[in-house]
Order: sequence, then C-alpha cells, then structure tokens
Amino acid sequence: MAGIVSYGAYIPIYRLSRAILGQVWGGGGKGEKAIANWDEDSITMAVEAGTDCLKGIERKSVDALYFATTTPPFKEKQSASIIAAALDLREDIIAADFTNSLRSGTIALRAALDAVKAGSSKKVLVIVADCRVPAPNSALEPLFGDGAAAFLIGQDGLAAEIEGSYYLTSEFIDIWRLEYDMLPRTWEERFTLDEGYEPHMKKAVAALLKAQNTAAKDFSKAAFYAPNARAHEAMARTLRLDAKTQVQNPLFDSVGNTGAAFALMTLVGALEEAKAGDRILVASYGDGADAHIVRVAEGISKVKDRRGIKKNLQFKLMLENYGKYVTFRNLIKFEETPMTRPRTSLTAMWRDRNWVYRCHGHKCQQCGKTQFPPQKRCMYCQADDKFLQEVPLSDRKGVLFTYSMDERTAVVDPPNVLAAVNLDGGVRIFSQMTDRDVNNIKVGMPMELTFRRIHDALGVHNYFWKCRPVRE
Amino acid sequence: MAEGIKDKVAIVGMGCTRFGERWDADIKDLIAEATYEACADAGVEIKDIQAIWLGTQWGSQVVEGGVVTGTLLSSTLQTQYVPVTRVENACGTGAESLRGATYALAAKANDLVLAVGVEKLKDMGFGGLPSVWIGRWEPVYGAFGTGPGRYAMAATAYFAKYGLTPEQGKRILADISVKSHYYGARNPKAHLRREVTVEQVLNAPMIAWPLGLFDCCGVTDGASAAILCRTEDAKKYRKDYVTIKGFGIAASPGWGKERIDYDFTYWDATEAAAQMAYREAGIKNPRQDLDMVELHDCFSIAELIASESLFLCDKGKFKEQMGDKRAYYHDGEMPVNVSGGLKSFGHPVGASGCREVHEIYKQIQGKAEEPSRQMKDVKLGLAHNQGGHPGKFICGVTIVGAP
Repeated sequence: MAGIVSYGAYIPIYRLSRAILGQVWGGGGKGEKAIANWDEDSITMAVEAGTDCLKGIERKSVDALYFATTTPPFKEKQSASIIAAALDLREDIIAADFTNSLRSGTIALRAALDAVKAGSSKKVLVIVADCRVPAPNSALEPLFGDGAAAFLIGQDGLAAEIEGSYYLTSEFIDIWRLEYDMLPRTWEERFTLDEGYEPHMKKAVAALLKAQNTAAKDFSKAAFYAPNARAHEAMARTLRLDAKTQVQNPLFDSVGNTGAAFALMTLVGALEEAKAGDRILVASYGDGADAHIVRVAEGISKVKDRRGIKKNLQFKLMLENYGKYVTFRNLIKFEETPMTRPRTSLTAMWRDRNWVYRCHGHKCQQCGKTQFPPQKRCMYCQADDKFLQEVPLSDRKGVLFTYSMDERTAVVDPPNVLAAVNLDGGVRIFSQMTDRDVNNIKVGMPMELTFRRIHDALGVHNYFWKCRPVRE
Repeated sequence: MAEGIKDKVAIVGMGCTRFGERWDADIKDLIAEATYEACADAGVEIKDIQAIWLGTQWGSQVVEGGVVTGTLLSSTLQTQYVPVTRVENACGTGAESLRGATYALAAKANDLVLAVGVEKLKDMGFGGLPSVWIGRWEPVYGAFGTGPGRYAMAATAYFAKYGLTPEQGKRILADISVKSHYYGARNPKAHLRREVTVEQVLNAPMIAWPLGLFDCCGVTDGASAAILCRTEDAKKYRKDYVTIKGFGIAASPGWGKERIDYDFTYWDATEAAAQMAYREAGIKNPRQDLDMVELHDCFSIAELIASESLFLCDKGKFKEQMGDKRAYYHDGEMPVNVSGGLKSFGHPVGASGCREVHEIYKQIQGKAEEPSRQMKDVKLGLAHNQGGHPGKFICGVTIVGAP
C-alpha cells in the first residue's frame, strides 16, 4: 500500500502583526501572519520543507520530486529542478511542477501515490509551498501567509496510509491571476463562498464518506482548507465536526492562509500529534475540491525531530513596520541610483552548479581536510585535484566564528550580515546571515545553512546558500 | 643567483596631487599633476623618461567603460612610444608600479623611469567603491562583500580572540582614528583635514558594525608619481635622494577566510611580504630599526592588525605597546601614518602605495611642509600596501631610506 513515509514543514521566521495593517489602513485585526523573508520564495521554502521531511532519510533514495505551488518564481523554467538540486537529489529522477491551482498540492499528492502504486517510482517527494502577494489594503492582505509542507510517499514503513480519496473538478472561478498579474483578483465573497467553497467542499467530503462508509465522528482530526477563519468555522459545523476536539488548528491567527500549502501544512500539524490508528480527514479546495482519509500507521513513531509546524512556530521575528513588509514583497519603488547593478553569469552558474545549488565542498583524500567552495588544489596540503572529492555540506551545523553588519550594502534589508561559519567536520563557509535578530548575534552561536534567493541579476533569480541561527 | 635589490635603485623625484574629492580634475589631470611635480622635483623632463609603470585599479573605465591600457598615460603626457605598463593589484596597485620600475632599472634595461599611481572615483555619482565582486567574481558566492564589511569581520574576530568587549575594542580603534585625523589636519594635501575627538568617533553612524564612519577612509581622487634611476646615477639629479632597501610582495594563497585555521586577526600576506623585505633590507628588529611606517589603514582595524603583522608590536599587544604609550605618534617610539594615512590623507586606490613612499621620501628630506609633523632624523621608513580582503590579500612592503 502506498502512503506517507515522512513529512516536514516550513514557516518563515518573520511575522507581520495585523495591528500594523490596522495602523496603516484603519480597522482592527488580531493575530499575525507568517511572511517570507525578502530572500525567500516558494522555491527556497520548498527546499526548507523538503530538508525537514528528508531528515534521516537517504536522499539518493528519492525517485521523483513533485513541486506544487501557485507562485512559481519562474514562469518559464521549472522550479522542481532547482529544488531537486538544492536537496542534492539524484539526477536520474522525474521532477515536475504542479501549478496554478490552490489544490496543486493535493493533486500532486495523488500523482505521487499513483506513481508509487504503479511501481514506476519507489519514493516520491511531494513539496507544496506558496508565497502569494495580496494587494495592499485588500481583504486578502491580512489573510495571506507563507509556508510549505513536504511528504515523502512510498510503500515501506508507512507513517500514514491514504485509505481513500475523492476528487472533484470544477470550472468555478473565485480567485485568479492572469498571465501578467502579480496580485490576485477576486470576485464578491458572498458569491464565492455560497456557490464555490461551501458546496464544493461539502460535496467532496460527503462523496468520500459515503464511498468509504464512514462518518465525521470516526475522525480524530480534520485538516481542511478555508479561505478565512469564519468560513473555516462554518465548514466545521457543516461537516458536523466537534470544534473543540476534531478540528486541527488552521493557524489563521499565527500563519495565515498559505494558499496551495494550507491543507497539507494543516495535515502536518495533525500528524505531529497523532498516534497509530488515528484517522484524519483532509480536504482541499480550488477549481473543485478533494477529500482524503489518512489513517495513521505504526511508522509515525519513527518520524521524529521534524521542525514541522510546532517547532517552526516557536521561531519568530516580528516585522517592525509596514514599510519593511512592502519592501520584502517588492511592492514599492525606490530611487534609482547609479550604483553598479548586480550581474550574473548563467554560464558560471552552470559550471559551479554542484557547489552553488548542491552545496558540495571538497574533501582532500590526502590530508582529510574539507573545504568550501571546491578548489583546484587542496588549500591545506596543496594536493592536486585528483585528491579532491566532492562532499555534501548543506546538512551540517556549525558555529559563528566572526561576523560584521554592513549598513552600506545595497541589500533589501540592511545591515548585510557577513559571517564566517565553522561547520562540523572542520570546514569554514563564508556567507551572508539571514533570519537574524541583529541585536542578538554572538560569536560562537550555533548556525545552520539555508537555501535562499541571493539577488535578481540580469532578470534571473539567483539562489545560493546562506547561514542562519539554528532553529533549535 | 638572485642578488636582491638593496641600494641598487634610487628615487630622485616625487610628486603627489592634493588628495580629496577632486571635482575639478579628471584622471588625466591627476596623472599630469603628479608627474609634472615629480619631474620638477627631479629636474627632468617627460622626454627623458625611458619607461613607465602606470598603476590604477579602475583607470577611467568607471566613467567611460572599456579597457585601460598604458595609452591612458602616453596620450595624456604625450610620451612618444616609450613602454607604458599598466599594473593592477586592487588597493595594492601602487606598490606594484614602483616594483616594476625598480626591477627594470636593476636589470639595466633602462636608466630613468617613472612610476605613477592614480585613481579617479568621484565621477560615479554615489559614495563607496564600484561593486567589483558582483559579476566579475563568482555570480553569487561572495556577492555583497564590501570592504568595510570584510574588514569589520576582522575587528569582531580580534575583539573575541583577545577578550575585548565591543566597547573596549572600539575604544582602541577610536584612538587610532583620532591620530589619523590629527595628522590629516596637519597635512596640506590631505583629503580629511579636520581633527576629531574620541567621542565623535565612538558616536558616529555605523558603516559596518563594529566599524563606524570615522573607522573608515573616504573615497578619494588623487595621484602620486616617482622618478627613479640606478643609485650610481642619482647624484646627477640631487643630493638628497633615497634608495630602495627592500621589496616584499606576497600574494596570499587565498581563500584564507575559508581555511578553518585562519582567525582573521593577522594578515598572512603582510607577514610574508614583511619578512621578505626585512631580510633584503637587513632589518632584524623593525620597531627599533624603522624610523617611520606608512601602512595600509583603509580602516582603523587595518592599522591595528597591520602593525602587529609588520611586527611593529607583539600580537595582541597593540593596545599596550602602541596605543597606550602613544608610540604611533610622530614623536613616539614607533611612528605610524604621520601623513594622516589612507584614513585621513586619503585612499585613491591605485595611488596609495606610491603615495606612502612619497611621505617617507619627504620626511627623510625634511620637507614635510608642516613643521608640526616633521620628524627628526628619519633614515629608514616602510611603506605597506595591500589589496584584497582579510584572508586573501596581495601585499607589498617597500622599504626606503637614506643611502
């Protein structure tokens, strides 16, 4: 039987308090939402969730990567291929992007289950991440948050089985972006809830329960999508779920509506607290709806040390003001200065792909020392390159050796914190520090690596590894 | 068998433009201004010069785009088909231009040569240096690593290694900047000519923590030039010539910042270049033997670490042996940067290495212009010039002295 072998999730460290939106635009609003850092997008968040999911799992065992999002950073050029490289997966895998629908995630999940059942892949990694930018002062602005979830689908040692699913496809239009839009467009909510969300969800869940001969009371938890908290509560009532015991917290107050990632992030939250034998109802919406019965299996006890939802939620930095938020999301135009614009070379990026994307360094077979980036000759014993063997480094933790905070660099969120980090195994990496509280940086603090968007140069998104304080 | 360079070559004329934001001058004006002054000082004419080394990092490409060749100088000075070699080692360019000129004379390829260092940066429309890393270097690795950002990492590391709080560390650095400004204020050709107090330094806006505004040099336009000949011919031009006592130029194997055993509190290339130059010049105890040092202080922390790496004081003992004793003032035990240094005299990238030698040359001749900073009986001085960033420097050490 095909099912979930492992799971992981990611929530960016920044939160925007809805009170700040109230100060800018008027009105109230409680809680906060999770906001991707300026150097994050759906690709980098996918790498984070994927890393979390693959903890303790041989990366070379993954046969396919399905990436789901409504916000692929490239309109033409696959995102999954970049994610696969940053996760250091094999080259002979199938990678695919599932895009454009809020249900991309659950659709990708089905495709993965089918592939495993058919035997064409043994293990498929499904990652869903979204980083939607709502229009300023729109009803969506307080709602939208950013995040990601990942599932490894396989056959052995299952943490959860998918007992049944029901998929419903509909041409209903309620929220959309045209090919040239950055900001979403919407139709009147009274219509989109009454004719869209409510009936479609209800129909999908009802059909599933009927086919599986089961009822709402049989579920320990329900993890389902809703456009907002009120609609979520109403749907729980409609589905006859007990709000206190059966509804997995959809995190509207702390994370927000994470789009395509929403239902599956909520499922990760439910799995974190589940025990073998539990049944979880999962439902997603967008261009129709789908519903699933997830039965928690014995393997759940082996999925440990995930940052998932719970641990990620513990790490947060509050955005100080709205100005920072619009700067992070590129919603504001600044003075053009004659400073040299960043440049890039796709040729060089291709040559250097194993260290730029895969974070490989060199281990010298003569003196045993590891170095980053890869060298022509060992920088310790000068052995020539036939002694230098590539080793992956992105998983290694380290400590901050020294740093500075440069106020004068043209980065989106100064200061630019330059850092020398000593990774486990005696390798030094020079990098920019991200997700940092500038008042709380100390020599010797534990660090880890994270895949980020470095800059957009010559119209290309350029990714590389940065360091950040360990989330532990 | 290599013989070394000691006393084989003499400097018989030097020139230096006023350093600063030279809105009035382009790169050609600066080359001409420094060269004419050097020629007048040596009593020679442009047509007497047989070969030229032109040191500049960006040349005119910052403004004009395109390549920089020796024709930048030959067309400016209308030298007629003599060789002009353009050299570049980032901020260590000036030392390299002098070295080329010196070795051509020692090889007896020429009899009278010119070395010029120049930089024109203030036509760009923004503060700071052009972002050379972005695009020319690896596209993403090292992106946004600025000079202040990289040197500031050394300050943090130095504070951590020697158990200094940021406040204690910044205080040591502030004394250095106060001294730099003290001498800049007393040097008519200097860029920054205003004294500052410790409080001003400590309270200045942050540039790259822990370095504040007054820990950093400005961006300067300027040029410096030297006329050189073999020592046996020097008396034809003047009595008070100086000779080259030793050269050391060392390129760090680089990636020093990526080696886990590099701790950012010493300049490896400086140590190597200094040992080379000391050996050639026969210097056993630099603090005793050298009368003055002009060292590469683009940042206050750069002066501190260079002082230790040139062996002017013991490692980790800068505060006790240099700062507390005011040893680095012109009347102290080990005078450093009595010109104002890169910090206050200014740092037109390609010019600085040559400009440092200009200061020693003038001090030896007793022509420091301002009596308040003229030192007595200067016989031997060291100029230290480096390009790159902590862990990956190319460093030039030039020792000059009275014959």
